[in-house]
Amino acid sequence: MANNTSFESPDLYGIDDLLSPEHKVVRASMRDFVNREIIPVIEDYAQRAEFPTFMPRKFGEIGAFGPTLPADYGGGELDAISYGLMMQEIERGDSGMRSCVSVQSSLVMWPIFTYGSEEQKRHYLPKLAKGEMMGCFGLTEPNQGSDPAGMQTRFVEKRDHFVLNGSKLWITNGPIADLAVVWAKNEQGRIRGLLVERGMEGFSTPEIHHKWSLRASSTGELVFQEVRVPKENLLPGSDGLRSPLACLDQARYGIAWGAVGAAMDCYASALRYALERRQFGRPIASFQLVQKKLAEMATEITKAQLLCWRLGVLKNEGRATTAQISLAKRNNVEMALNIAREARQIHGAMGITGDYPIMRHLMNLESVITYEGTHDIHLLILGSDITGIPAFK
Amino acid sequence: MKILVCVTSVPDTTTKISFTDNNTKLNRAGVQYITGPYDDYALSRAVELKEQHGGTVTVLNVGEADTEPVIRKCLAIGADDAIRVNADPTDAFFVAEQIAAIARENAYDLILMGRESIDYNGGQVHGIVGEMLGLPSISPVMKLDIEGSKARITREIEGGKDELEATLPLVLGCQEPIAEWKIPNMRGIMSARTKPLKVVEPAGNDTLTKVAGYELPPPRGAVRMIPAEEAETLISLLRTEAKVL
Repeated sequence: MANNTSFESPDLYGIDDLLSPEHKVVRASMRDFVNREIIPVIEDYAQRAEFPTFMPRKFGEIGAFGPTLPADYGGGELDAISYGLMMQEIERGDSGMRSCVSVQSSLVMWPIFTYGSEEQKRHYLPKLAKGEMMGCFGLTEPNQGSDPAGMQTRFVEKRDHFVLNGSKLWITNGPIADLAVVWAKNEQGRIRGLLVERGMEGFSTPEIHHKWSLRASSTGELVFQEVRVPKENLLPGSDGLRSPLACLDQARYGIAWGAVGAAMDCYASALRYALERRQFGRPIASFQLVQKKLAEMATEITKAQLLCWRLGVLKNEGRATTAQISLAKRNNVEMALNIAREARQIHGAMGITGDYPIMRHLMNLESVITYEGTHDIHLLILGSDITGIPAFK
Repeated sequence: MKILVCVTSVPDTTTKISFTDNNTKLNRAGVQYITGPYDDYALSRAVELKEQHGGTVTVLNVGEADTEPVIRKCLAIGADDAIRVNADPTDAFFVAEQIAAIARENAYDLILMGRESIDYNGGQVHGIVGEMLGLPSISPVMKLDIEGSKARITREIEGGKDELEATLPLVLGCQEPIAEWKIPNMRGIMSARTKPLKVVEPAGNDTLTKVAGYELPPPRGAVRMIPAEEAETLISLLRTEAKVL
C-alpha cells in the first residue's frame, strides 16, 4: 500500500478531540517519518549497539531539532503539544532516538536560545537545527548525579580565555557531538554554561560500551584537561544551578510524552500478538488474565495521555511548574516500564527476541527511569513542593 | 503551470471498520483519518512538477470541517492554497460535480488525483470529471513528465505498461511510483498556517447512489497446514471439506 502509516494510537477517551488540526498533522508526519526511517532499521542498530550516524541529518530534514524555536534560528515555531507529540512518536520508534533529539532540542538548542548571546544563537542554532552540527549537555559527573550542585568541573579566567578542568559522565550524544554545553563552576563557585567545541585541545569524548540499554544511542564521557575556552563561548545569560535545571524541565517534559510512545508500541504489539496467538483452541486474547493485562495497559496509557495533554496546555500558557513536570515524567516512565514488562509476558517466549520491540523498549526504559532526575528524586521534588520542606538539602 | 490536486480524507489503513444506523453508515468513532495514499502520490508529483516548471498547486477536498488536518498536511507538503467544498463526499458523481465546478472557474493545466480513494475504492471520479469538462482522463498513471504543453505518461494496463503522449489540459488518476511520497517537515507545517484555505458550499446535490447496507467480509478461517509430501490429502480435503474441486 502506498502510505506507510501502519500505526493507530489508542484513544479510548477521545483525546484526539482536544488536539488542533496542526497537532494532528505534526503527529501524522512524525508517525510516517518514524515508520519509514526508524522502525525498519532500529532493531538492527540496537542489536549491534551502534548509533545510526545518518539519522541526525534526517532528523534535521524533518525538523525534529528545535521545533519550538523561532524560524529565524531554524526552528519550526510549534507549540508545546506539537513538541510532545513528536517526542511520543519518536520514542514509539526507540527511546535512544528520542534521547538524541531531546538532548539536541532541549539541552543544547534551548540553553543557547535562552542564555546565549545573539552571535551565539546566529552561529550555532541554524546548524544544530539542520543536524549539520550535533550537541550534547554536560551536567552529570562521575561523583555528582542527583546532586549537581556539588560538581567538581571548574574553569578559571586567564587573560582572553578560560581554562576548563574536570569531567562529565553518562553524556548522551557525547561521542558524536561537535559541541558540548558544559556546566562548570567559576572561581567564585558559581555555575555557568560554556560552549566547548570538538577539536579544542584537551577535550576528549570516550564512549561508554557494553550498555544493556539505549544501545542505539551514543553515550560517553566528556573529559576536560586544561581546555582553553574562548571567553565568547560563555553563555552570558546563564547564572547558577537554576540555569541547567531549567533545561532539564524542558527535556523532562519531552520524556513524559515520549514514554507514552514506548508504552503504545508495547501495547499495540501485545494486543496484536494476543489476538493472533492461539492456545487451547482460541486466541490468548480471549483469556481473562490476558484481558486484564491489556485493559490495565489501555487504562494507564489513557491516564498518561491526559497528563501529557494537560501539562502541554499549562506549558503553552507558561504555567507548567517543575513539580508538575516531575509528576508527569515519573508517572509516565514507570507506566511505560510496567507496560513493557506486562507486554513481554503476553508475548511469551517470543517477547525476548528482536522480532518484537518489547525487550528493546524494556531495556531502554530502565535508563529513562533513571536519567533526567531519578524516579526517587522526582518524588522528592514533588514532596518539597507539597510540604515546602526540601528533603535533599 | 496551474495544477489542481484532489485529495480524499480516508480512514487509516489499520482502522477496524464497523457500521452504525442499521449498517448503512461507517462508525466514525475513534477512527483516525489520513490523506488517501494514491492522492499523496499525486500531490508529491504535483509539487515536483511545480519545482521543475514553476506555477501553482491548489489542493481540493470535498469534505466537512474535520478534514482540515488532511488539507493542512497537503499545504505543509508544498501546495500553495486549498479549497474545501463543504459537504460529505458519499457519492462519486457528486464529488466529480464539485471538482468540475471548481475547475470550470479556474483554467488548470493538470487535474491530478489518486487512481481511487481507499475508503469506497470506486475509482470513478477522474473519469467522470474528464467527461464533465470535456477533457481526456487517464488512469492509473505511474509516470508523468511534462514538456511544454505535452504530457508523457506511463499507464499501468493488464499485464504491462502503456506509454502515451497527450496534450494539456488533462485529468489523471495517479498511483505509485509516480513520485516518492513526501512527509511534511515541521517548518512546512508552520508555513502552512498562513496559506489560504477557502471553504465553498457545494454546487448542486446530485447524489445518484443510495447505500442499501454494508457488510464486512467473513472472518478469516483457521489455516490447516498439510505437509508437501501429502498432496493426496490436500486434494481429498479440497474435494470433501472445501468442496471446491
